[in-house]
Amino acid sequence: MSDEKVTKVIDARGSYCPGPLMKLIENVRLAKVGDVLDLLSSDSGTKKDAPNWIKKTGQELIGIYDEEGYTRIRIKKIK
Amino acid sequence: MVNKMALIVFSGTVDKLLPVGIIASGGVAMDMEVHIFLTFWGLNAFRKDSVKSNKKFSKDFEEMAPYMMNLINKKGVPSYIDTIKQAKAIGNVHVHACAMTLDLMDMKKEDLDDIVEDVMGVGEFVELAKDGMTLFI
Repeated sequence: MSDEKVTKVIDARGSYCPGPLMKLIENVRLAKVGDVLDLLSSDSGTKKDAPNWIKKTGQELIGIYDEEGYTRIRIKKIK
Repeated sequence: MVNKMALIVFSGTVDKLLPVGIIASGGVAMDMEVHIFLTFWGLNAFRKDSVKSNKKFSKDFEEMAPYMMNLINKKGVPSYIDTIKQAKAIGNVHVHACAMTLDLMDMKKEDLDDIVEDVMGVGEFVELAKDGMTLFI
């Protein structure tokens, strides 16, 4: 896992598609450039949707980490 | 690339309205402009006084309704109205009411949930939707 300092953890575990993606979008909008956000999600669609959204919007996907029963998606707001 | 999504929402049952909210969310997440045109039972499902209590389910899957509603409640799936509100909060989502249905059912825009922005005829909607992808639900 990357050693970037995480600014905020968005815990969307237990929420279903499109909940976690919507939470991510809201939080990225509110974040400052340079902030690193961790999205925790147990929804299988989000595992693909969130990285696609990050790519599409030109933010930086730092990593996708499989944890026990959920996925941690780390993103850096770069613009 | 198509950058506009138009949903013609004819159905008024929860099992079809939930996907409306979810597909609209996917659209705005991918930066599309989303237009939701409520007509017939779809419009009826956005009445101010019953939008929150709508538990209607497609007749085809009626025997599955209690099971599905139980899952939806247990797993905390947000209602269709809340899902559309959330989509609207993050992007370009517009909800239109079908003028003809309003007239037919003796309803006014004031009888509908505040999420409904305006009232339009089918011609105006088709004009709005013609350069996008259109789904009939």
